[in-house]
Amino acid sequence: METIETNQPSSSAVLTPATAPKRGRRSAAAVLGERCIEGLIRLCGISAIVFVFAIFFFVFREGAPILFGGGTGGHGVTEPGAAKPSFDLAKFLFTKTWYPTSLNTPRYGIGALIIGTFSVTLLAMVIAVPFGLGAAVFLSEFCGKKVRETLKITIELLAAIPSVVWGFIGLTVMNVVIQKVFKVQVGLNVLNAAILLALMSVPIIVSIGEDALKAVPDSYREAGIAMGCTRWQLVWRVLLPAAKNGLLAAVLLGVGRAVGETMAVLMATGHSVNIPHSIFDSVRTLTATIAAELGETAEGSDHYRVLFLIGILLFTITFIVNLLADFAVKGIRKK
Amino acid sequence: MMTKKHQLQWGVRVGAVAAIAAGLALSGCGKKEEASADGVKPVGKITSIQNIGSDTMVNLAQAWAEGYHKVDPSVSVEVSGGGSGIGVAALINGTCEIANSSRALEPDEVTKAKARHGHDPKEHLVGWDALAIYVHPSNPITEISVEELSEIYKEGGKIDKWSQVGVTLPGGDEMIRVSRQNNSGTYHYFREMVVGKKSDMKLGSRDMNGSKDVVELVSRTPNSIGYSGLGYKTAKVKVIKVSKKKGDPHVEPSIATTWDKSYPIARPMFMYTPGQPEPHVQKYLDWILTDAGQKVVEESGYVPLQKK
Repeated sequence: METIETNQPSSSAVLTPATAPKRGRRSAAAVLGERCIEGLIRLCGISAIVFVFAIFFFVFREGAPILFGGGTGGHGVTEPGAAKPSFDLAKFLFTKTWYPTSLNTPRYGIGALIIGTFSVTLLAMVIAVPFGLGAAVFLSEFCGKKVRETLKITIELLAAIPSVVWGFIGLTVMNVVIQKVFKVQVGLNVLNAAILLALMSVPIIVSIGEDALKAVPDSYREAGIAMGCTRWQLVWRVLLPAAKNGLLAAVLLGVGRAVGETMAVLMATGHSVNIPHSIFDSVRTLTATIAAELGETAEGSDHYRVLFLIGILLFTITFIVNLLADFAVKGIRKK
Repeated sequence: MMTKKHQLQWGVRVGAVAAIAAGLALSGCGKKEEASADGVKPVGKITSIQNIGSDTMVNLAQAWAEGYHKVDPSVSVEVSGGGSGIGVAALINGTCEIANSSRALEPDEVTKAKARHGHDPKEHLVGWDALAIYVHPSNPITEISVEELSEIYKEGGKIDKWSQVGVTLPGGDEMIRVSRQNNSGTYHYFREMVVGKKSDMKLGSRDMNGSKDVVELVSRTPNSIGYSGLGYKTAKVKVIKVSKKKGDPHVEPSIATTWDKSYPIARPMFMYTPGQPEPHVQKYLDWILTDAGQKVVEESGYVPLQKK
């Protein structure tokens, strides 16, 4: 009691007019400095939007001419009098003959590449989703604080491994393991790349999934326990349905990561234009095609523009995936 | 809220990586005449020569650069690979003094370089490369004809099983084709010499991004076949003899068979300069053609120029 009373005058003194001017007496430089910093932070915030639009504009500018202007015949030089081969979007998307550098008839069909990308992503998610969501449930509901902190740090470390290192592991370790275990000819295939992508997207799924589970109010858990739920019933019947939007967002962001990954899949898929019939077939993805070929195309040629068109397609796919994830999260907040 | 935060974090990371990459790329382009403290000799200013291009030639170019550094420590040759196409692009854009190419320039590339620099690029023949056909050491096959190779690699070609070329393999009959990415000089040369200019390669081959990767994959895959420069031969792969036609004598790739043109898939290696090179670049190119320079070619596993 006594200490509080002795403290009272000094704490109220802060508000007295006698000390107030002290705050106002900050130098003009300090005020200006603060303004500057505020402006800088605002700029940082806006810059993300500016960059996204600038990138989209650039990719679209490089890729779009072929959509509207037709082709130039393959080598970037329009021969006068030569009939312009028109560019057919349906042919581009749905045929599987990818001959961008053919001297005879260049053909740009990315059907096999699209199927390659989706087969690898799908298998990666089949592996990553049970692991990722399982880990998220364990972290948020079952383990103690110490274990949780250790696990979280380790999982985040998994996200910090550069993708070229993953690719290297795929090329040297996984290749041999898959050859030995499954007795197949080539270990560079859909399965190899999918395992790598799964390992790469698990950290995203775990951390966002755990956040979603944490966001479920404790009253749900209390109600469940009061009703006599076992822990399993609590997770399966109460928490997962309550957090389903957040978990869906976690999975979708994992998908976005897997679709956009380049270096690891370039090294681990076998890089073969091929429609896979089993998980042991080699494929080629959209991203790997851009990475392997863009460096050596003549600027402005059809091949160059088509590679940018693939870029637009990838941009669209990840944009849609992220948008869906955003809607899923919004769904949570409405509740 | 947390999701947003995560997205932001990823965005920031990606942004940082991009910024660093851009910075590296810029600094890479910018240091043409920069003096570097190499610690070799206090020779004052060190001139550097940018040498970019062919992946087939990158090991050789590096060996030349090291050899020349001993001859003239005041010149530092900076070698990078990437492919003949990248070298030619750098030549046209003026970002290198010497471009390595394992194929001759295409007419429209010459036109572009001339438009940019005002004169035709200059071609320097610096050696030969025999394109070897690699198989796994466990494969009993010893020879193959160009006709058979064409059927294996051509679009619509009929051979896709090992039994069709007369060998049985324990692992399986399927032939696993290893090839190169479709912009590589090696790919272009192989397509021209084996499947023909007017034809295309069969899709579904494993397309590697480097000469070394082809040999590496073949060494790990018992049922595979691949093509790459003879300089990339290792103990873990087998090089087979090649004949022009079925029934013709089979020829092993070597210096002698490349010189007398009996090995059917050997090709010249070029260095291109944008017009007449500067004196220090010319001196380097002259050294490459001397006995010492050509000895490096032989030591690297390629075929030196024939002595006149």
